[in-house]
Parts: sequence; C-alpha cells; structure tokens
Amino acid sequence: MQEHLIEITDLTKIYGAGDIAVRALKGVNAAVEKGEFVAIMGPSGSGKSTLMNILGCLDRPSDGTYVLDGEDVSRLSKNELAHVRNRKIGFVFQSYNLLPRLSAAKNVMLPLLYNGVEHLSDAESYERAIEALESVGLGERTHHRPNELSGGQQQRVAIARALVNNPSIILADEPTGNLDTKSGEEIMGLMRQLHDQGVTLVMVTHELDIAEYAQRVIYLVDGEIVSDRTQASGIAQLHNGYNGGAQ
Amino acid sequence: MSFWRTLKVAWEGLALNKVRSFLTTLGVVIGVAAVIVMLAVSAGAEAEIADQINALGANLIVVMPSFSRGGFGRQSGPPPSLTYDDLGTLEQNLTGINGVSAEQSTSQDIKGGDTTLESISVVGTTPSFTKVREYALAEGRFITDADNDRTNKIVVLGYNIAQELFGGASAAVGQSIKIDTTKFVVVGVMAEKGLVGSTDYDERVYIPITVLFKKFTYARFGGDTLNMVYVSAESRNTMDDVMAQLSQELMDLYGTTADSPGFALTTQDSIIDAQASTTEAFRNLLGWVAGISLVVGGIGIMNIMLVSVTERTREIGLRQALGARPRDVLLQFLLEAVMLSLIGGIVGVLLGVGGSYAFNELGTMRTEIVTASVPLAFGAAAVVGIFFGYYPATQAAQLDPIVALRRE
Repeated sequence: MQEHLIEITDLTKIYGAGDIAVRALKGVNAAVEKGEFVAIMGPSGSGKSTLMNILGCLDRPSDGTYVLDGEDVSRLSKNELAHVRNRKIGFVFQSYNLLPRLSAAKNVMLPLLYNGVEHLSDAESYERAIEALESVGLGERTHHRPNELSGGQQQRVAIARALVNNPSIILADEPTGNLDTKSGEEIMGLMRQLHDQGVTLVMVTHELDIAEYAQRVIYLVDGEIVSDRTQASGIAQLHNGYNGGAQ
Repeated sequence: MSFWRTLKVAWEGLALNKVRSFLTTLGVVIGVAAVIVMLAVSAGAEAEIADQINALGANLIVVMPSFSRGGFGRQSGPPPSLTYDDLGTLEQNLTGINGVSAEQSTSQDIKGGDTTLESISVVGTTPSFTKVREYALAEGRFITDADNDRTNKIVVLGYNIAQELFGGASAAVGQSIKIDTTKFVVVGVMAEKGLVGSTDYDERVYIPITVLFKKFTYARFGGDTLNMVYVSAESRNTMDDVMAQLSQELMDLYGTTADSPGFALTTQDSIIDAQASTTEAFRNLLGWVAGISLVVGGIGIMNIMLVSVTERTREIGLRQALGARPRDVLLQFLLEAVMLSLIGGIVGVLLGVGGSYAFNELGTMRTEIVTASVPLAFGAAAVVGIFFGYYPATQAAQLDPIVALRRE
C-alpha cells in the first residue's frame, strides 16, 4: 500500500464538554499525496479552520488519527508538535504575520532559529533565507522591513519563510484574503509555480476563483466532508447554495 | 534554539522599546545602588565611632570604682578607691603593659596674657598619659614624675588654648598662665587631636595630678582619690592577661574578693561592641529599606513583562507556529527580565560604588564600601529578575498558538 503524505482517519474535534460541547469535526477521513495542491472550502462554522489547525499541528484531535509523513502526530506532546511544525510544516497566514521590526531576510530566518536539527550558523541561515527570498522573486528586497513592502510582497516574504526549512507541506490560510485582486493573482501564480516544482500545498479559502488554482477541492459542511473532487468547477453550485446564491 | 540565539532574541525584544526598558531598569538601579550606599554609609558610621573610641588610646583598660559592694547599708565609710601612690604599685607589678595613668579633671577659668578663658577643663594626670592615650606633643615637654613628686606648678596646653592665649604653640612655651588664682608655667603644648566623642582635646590643659589634688579638689573629695585609672596593654594579645593581673592586683589593694571586687574594668572593645549593636540595628533597617526598593524594582519588571507578553501575543503565537517550543518562549521572556535586572544591577553597582566614593570625597559623610555588598546587591538583582520574570514568562509559554495568532 502506498504511503500517503497526509492521512486522517475518523478525525474528530470536540470543544467544551457536556451540554455545551461543540463537535467541530465529526469523523473526517482524507488523504493527501505528495505534490498535491488541495483547497479546503466550506461556509463559516464548517470546521475548516479546525481542520487546518490540526493539520498544522497547532491543535490535537479529540479522536481519530493524523499521520503526517509516516508519523502519527495526533497524540504528540506540545514540545514534539513544535518540532514537527518546525521541520515539516510551512505556514502562510492571511495577515502575513511578519515581525515588523525585522528585515525580510530576518523574518525568513525565524524558523531556522528553532531548527534544532541542522544547527545552522548565522551565515548559513542568512544564505538559506536569501535563497528562499530569491525563489519567491524578492531577491532585491531582502533588507526591507515589512512596512516598506506592498501587501503582495509581504505575503511573498511569508511564503519564503514557509519554504526556508524545506517542509513536507505548506499550509495556507486564506493567503489572498488581505490582498487586492491583482496581488492575489500573483500570489496564487506563485503557489501554482511551487506546486509545479513538486511542493505539497493545502489551502483554506472561501473564494471559488482562488480555489480554482488548486488541483483538488475538499468541501466541508458542519464538520463533515460533503465533497472531495479533483475539479473546482463542479463545486460552484454547492458553494453558491451554502452562500445563499451570493458571489 | 541555542542559549546565545535566545539571548540575542531577548536583547532585540528589549531594544524594541528602549525608553520603557530604561525606565523599568531604573527601579533595580536605584535598589542596588541604595543597598550599596546604605551599607557603605552605616559601615562608615561604624568605622567613625570605632576610630573615635580607639583615639582614646590603643588597647586601653579603664578601671572605675564600683559601688555594688554591699551597698551603703552594710558598708560604712567611703567606697574602696585608688590613690596616686597605687599607680606606681600597679605600674611596677603589672607585666605586658605600656603604662598606667590617671586622670582627674576640674573646670577653671584660665588667664594668659590679656586673655581670659572661662570654664576650661583642667586635667590632672601623670607622665604615662601621652603613652597610654597615644597623644603627642607639638612643642616642649609633658609632665614628669618629678613634677608630680614636687607638685611643680607647670602646665601643658591643648593646641587651641595655646593658639587662643599666645597665638601659637612655640610662642606659648615658657609663658605663664593663671589657673584660677594660681600661677603656672607653660612647659609644653599638645599636638592637635580634635574631637573624640564629645570631648575637645584641643580645648584642655594638663597639670600634674598631685597639683590638682592640692589646689583644686582636696576640699571636695577628701584627698588624692582617683576616680578613673587607665591601663594600656602592650598589644591586643596581652589584653586578657593584663586584665587578669589587674583584677588580682586591685583585689589585693582593696582587700576584696572576686564575688564583689569593688571595681569595674571596661575595655574599648566592650564600648565598641555596645556602639556596634546600635549601629547594627541602624544598618539592618537601612538594609531592609534598600532591599524593599529592590523588590519594588522587581515588581516593576514583572509588570512590564506582563504588558510585553500581552502586546506581543501574536509574535509569540507566530514563533510557536514556526517551531518554538514552550520552553523556548519561556527562556526568551525570562532572559528579557533577567537582562533588565542585570543591566540594572551593573548600573546600580557602578552608581552605588561611585556614589559612596563621591560622598566620602566630597566630605559629606564618611562611607566605607562593604565589599560583600557588591556581589550581594548584584546577586539580589539577578534573583529578582528570575523571580519576577518567571511568572510573565510562563504566561507567554503557556499561550495557545491558535488563540495567540488570532489576537489582534
């Protein structure tokens, strides 16, 4: 049997207890192969953020298993999860989350600070950061601070930061949510480029045209997968139905 | 993350808000400097007192008659006392001593040239006085045994008295003055000594003790009874031995026993000890006040670190997402607090040592920097940093990355 990069089985997440318990995920099953570009969609409250947090090892499932790159990470301690995040996951956030006082290069170097495996020197870290920035087309702006960069450029810095540790997977949470259409398209172009280079991407979005960049769309409703197909176009009807025909 | 990297990150965190970091540090700076200065001031005060007591003369034993023997009801007649003749006996029989001297004083008006000085302390004493009290002459000679034996009417002036009456030490020798109605020849002038305790040694005159008995006190005290006798031991080591000998001699002279000897022996050490217990209480008080200010400084650090954790919640969440373990975050914030307090400690030590030194040099107050207070204050600052930094750091480390990242 072929090993999946991500394999989640009966993934359940319950917040609270007793009468006020909320079941955010109700036994989700899915697998993601290496090199896939997957979009997770769903109306608000569908559990897509919860799923994303668990996939990102920021949270642990209440029940079920999550195997990432051959390792069951569903029962790891906080310290072990931090290690997995550092080694295997690159995050791209809606609001970039760059530290304003640091240059682009220093921001990209941040994950390397916590890389307890490779023990890179400052010079090696810097070199890696510059490489990552060049790969997202920001080789010229390595010493600029976030406030000297456009939104699109800031998100590129964030993507470079996600790439710098050569993670198994990039998790993007509404990566274009804070960007204008043109910058958003550029970022998605970059994501597709990464996909073409073989990087595995999982992205949460609520925008159909953004989801169309992905190879496969998982649609969540009320903590359950209602659709999992390899073309975004077929999802439009479903999506519009849940969004009251808006869009 | 390595310790040095964390240290660097913590330093960057502090540099983020320089004014705030500076103000926070100030509390510790003041606390540490206060500890050092307070201890230096009280050590200076103690040293001052010890010096004054030692200025009485080194290794001094004071013999005073004690009235505890039986009380007045059972014992008729005067209490046991020493006479001038006993001094010779003591001086001869005791070994390991520099000398024995007696002092008896009265207050008289003094006239020299055209000047009259009122109520001057006139001290009758013996030749050993200069040795026992370690007191030098500026000019001329001191009282001799011959002066006492023949009741010579000679006088040795205190430094200021010579100035006031004759304009100087050398001018005074050979002149004559009147004490009350008796004429005395000035044979010497004492060197400057200044205030010891409340006594101004430069405002006194010295005459042979036998002359004092004859001219000024015989009517009042019934003869040559000595109120106080000073014995100077050769060194600190012979003190105990001299005291034992002295007790035996005195009991022999008085015809008393050890149960009720009829006299009391006091040493400088016992006086210094009594003074020290007073200054120690004072020092402890100052130490506590300074220590409390250090704690207040620590609370300031805790306060600012809590604010900092709240302000930087998103940063903490991000660092956690990027792989920072709880202990990495803990260490980062703990190091920030410790760095704040250590920088405060260093500046405080410099300020405290410098301040103590300046007080001393400017003559405002005598200070002696207590060497132990420097590592003590610095160590206390470090402990304060760890103690008050730990709680905010655990708050940071315990943040849930999901919640932290969502925080605006």
